[in-house]
Amino acid sequence: MYDLKHDEKVCATCPSADCLLKCQYMEFEQDEAHEEMMKLIRGEDCRVLHECITCYGCEEYCRRGNHPFYLICERREEMGILTAPRPITNQWINMTQMQGKQKVGAVKERVMSFCFLPQLPLMGSGEIFKDLGWSFVFGAEFMCPAVHTHFAKMSVVKERLPQVLENFSELGVKEVICMHDECYGTYTSIAPAYGMEVPFRPIHYMDYLYDRLEELRDRIRLLNIRAVYQRPCSSRLSPQKLHRVGEIFRMIGVELVEREYQGENALCCGEIPRAIAGFRAASDIQRRNIQDMVDAGAQYCVFNCPACQTTLSERVVKFGLKPVHLIELCKMALGEIEMED
Amino acid sequence: MDRILQSLIDIVGEKAVSNHAEEIWYYARDPGVMPPHEPDYVVAPRTTEEVQRIVQLANRERIPIVPMGNGMALTGLVIPLKGGIVLDMKRMDRILEVNERGRYVIVEGGTSQGKLKSYLEDHYPHLRHSIPDAPAATTIAANVAIHGQGRLTQQYGFNSDMVTGLEVVLPTGEVCRIGSCSMGPYWFSKGPTLPDLSGLFLGWLGTTGIITKVGIRLYPRKKMRDVEIFVTDRDDLVADIVYRVTHTEMVEDITVWFQPKPLMFKDNNHITIYLTGDTDEELEFKRLMIWDALREFIDSKDGGFMSVQPLKPMLLEMPQRGIAAFADVPKGGGFEYSGPITLVDQYPMYAEKVKQLASKYNVVYAGTARIISGGHAMMFGISFAFNRADPDMIDRVRRAVHEATEFALDLGGIPWKPNIHEQKLAMERMDPNTLRLMKMIKQNLDPQGIMNPGNWEVG
Ligand SMILES: Cc1cc2nc3c(=O)[nH]c(=O)nc-3n(C[C@H](O)[C@H](O)[C@H](O)COP(=O)(O)OP(=O)(O)OC[C@H]3O[C@@H](n4cnc5c(N)ncnc54)[C@H](O)[C@@H]3O)c2cc1C
Ligand code: SF4
Ligand code: SF4
Repeated sequence: MYDLKHDEKVCATCPSADCLLKCQYMEFEQDEAHEEMMKLIRGEDCRVLHECITCYGCEEYCRRGNHPFYLICERREEMGILTAPRPITNQWINMTQMQGKQKVGAVKERVMSFCFLPQLPLMGSGEIFKDLGWSFVFGAEFMCPAVHTHFAKMSVVKERLPQVLENFSELGVKEVICMHDECYGTYTSIAPAYGMEVPFRPIHYMDYLYDRLEELRDRIRLLNIRAVYQRPCSSRLSPQKLHRVGEIFRMIGVELVEREYQGENALCCGEIPRAIAGFRAASDIQRRNIQDMVDAGAQYCVFNCPACQTTLSERVVKFGLKPVHLIELCKMALGEIEMED
Repeated sequence: MDRILQSLIDIVGEKAVSNHAEEIWYYARDPGVMPPHEPDYVVAPRTTEEVQRIVQLANRERIPIVPMGNGMALTGLVIPLKGGIVLDMKRMDRILEVNERGRYVIVEGGTSQGKLKSYLEDHYPHLRHSIPDAPAATTIAANVAIHGQGRLTQQYGFNSDMVTGLEVVLPTGEVCRIGSCSMGPYWFSKGPTLPDLSGLFLGWLGTTGIITKVGIRLYPRKKMRDVEIFVTDRDDLVADIVYRVTHTEMVEDITVWFQPKPLMFKDNNHITIYLTGDTDEELEFKRLMIWDALREFIDSKDGGFMSVQPLKPMLLEMPQRGIAAFADVPKGGGFEYSGPITLVDQYPMYAEKVKQLASKYNVVYAGTARIISGGHAMMFGISFAFNRADPDMIDRVRRAVHEATEFALDLGGIPWKPNIHEQKLAMERMDPNTLRLMKMIKQNLDPQGIMNPGNWEVG
């Protein structure tokens, strides 16, 4: 069985307890935050077990190598605390079950993983991904099971992730380009946190995009637009990649407009909080987030995660913003996708 | 040439009548599981007068006559059990009048749901009718003749409750108007405040006359329509959930469904709730009211709203074509259902029964309930899919559907668009005086017993 590596001694001596202090969905004073963390470590009932909306933020806020969010999930499951209603929790478990329906292309040493997101296969095409050809995988068999952390089902993560890693291993791939940000977070954060060995080198698709744009520099038409970036919860598991957004934007002539809810302060898309915290809480998050985009004077709202895009597109359009995925934005700069007026 | 064929040609012209093998084969069956039976003639009239003359001929010659819309009721109601004439009404498809302020429309007896829908969208964007999820080619008159239900049934009752007037050719050939249109030019009431004679035709499955014109109510079409799905794994909570949602009086349609596949639907009941509004604010207010109404179930973790965004294009379609996709689960494109009308409180027993039957007869199931009139009742569809090329599977489905209906009637439900066996089951359970009244009505309206014989045949 895989055990979470969370060093309680590091928490005990933590001067800041930033993990909970910076939480955007719960208010803590410094002492309270620290005490809350200690209660969590001791396995006592505490506020965070009932109020955390699973934004993943604390995984980023802790700079001391610990895993506060995974610990919250572990404790919730141990104590039988459900985050979302039971039928929703089970719906996610059921619909992401491996059923042998995976799609495996002409796999080479370097493969694109479309996770289990139907929007991604279409994106992994065109000049940017030309060299990879049909080297792809798609389906529950290759899906990062991180989503179950939202539902405090670490047992599902621990059961399925080794199987996913094994499935990749059987293909003999050396490098996996993670087209879903959360896959990258899973392989570089969750797997090591549980001592699971990843049998390939995970590559974040943004790194791949950046390198390809370098190669295709002379074909880029600068877009000259102003955009905001919608940061997904999963990117909290790989904050070291955040800089890529600005770099890619600069390469293709997109001004990343400053706003309140950016970087560490980003707000999530609201879909998971809708199930966990209800309509009012989710609406409030979405309203503040979109108003902030509008106030910043953006024309486009750029997504990293297709699930956030599905959730927020209709809403941002109502506020006059154009929703677009980062990959689509790059394709626009290469003239493969028309820019909307 | 056959004398009757010639007479029919004289009435409708050569192109609109046939006794050719191809047509006879086609009109001998419907897409459900009832065995076929061949008609002698197929006729497609264009006017009320033609219908009248055909009925007069059928009377003279004592030939059975079966009115047919699109033949999609699935329960063999247009299969000519005793041969004779199948009267295909689809050529009588004109939209005769829309009274915008009075919010009603008059259509001919073969007008399809799809035609009216697109006509209203094009010409009266503020109006809509209660469209069922049946294929768009199904007809409005047939739907009210079988007490169908549509998108507005939760708010306004059975589609037949929305009738505002009828023109009927009686089995003896007289043309008769029912409701306010019997006294003047307006079609705003099918009965009240006169004696309501519409009941002589609605629900009779074409056994008491042929509807050549029908007026139906139209309703406001809001600018926006949206959908939420509340899920619970507890069958016993469904009736209470529906009760609380209907209490808000803020929703359009409500359907409850469960099916084992795809896996995302496994083990849950899905309560699909449709909302309409003219502004974002209206829609959001209604949504909030509904969330609040269900707060208790969410807090107890017994139920919650699922992510619905990716399913929206399918869910918001009217009619919803996804329903027919169920027929292809076992491959081979067939599905049949028993759709009794009963109390919403009985949901758990029905849900249990569907699963039992599916396992007993080894068939693929889906359960769907449509809420009627704010929860006064529901249509509980016990559906089984089958492969048309597999006679054994068809037989298993037939038996499963029959058992489902028996179960429903034993629990005090009433059958919807019953096939002949289900009609028998219903009549066996009916008060003898009610039966006698039905018999009296039928004998008086159709003394020769030529209208869709075999159906509602009181012994
Ligand atoms: C995928 C699918 C989904 C469905 N969903 C729904 C739904 O949501 N709601 C619903 O109500 N039904 C539904 N149905 C059932 C059915 O298709 C509809 O009720 C439809 O309205 C039947 O119309 P039709 O023209 O096919 O009728 P037919 O099958 O042609 O006729 C039905 C009955 O009406 C009689 N009849 C036909 N025309 C006349 C007339 N002019 N005068 C007198 N009697 C007449 C016939 O003799 C017969 O007894 C569905 C069916 C399918 C296949
Ligand atoms: S999880 Fe990290 S930030 Fe939080 S208390 Fe422990 S060491 Fe400090
Ligand atoms: S996951 Fe988000 S909401 Fe939960 S404690 Fe961490 S920062 Fe707060």
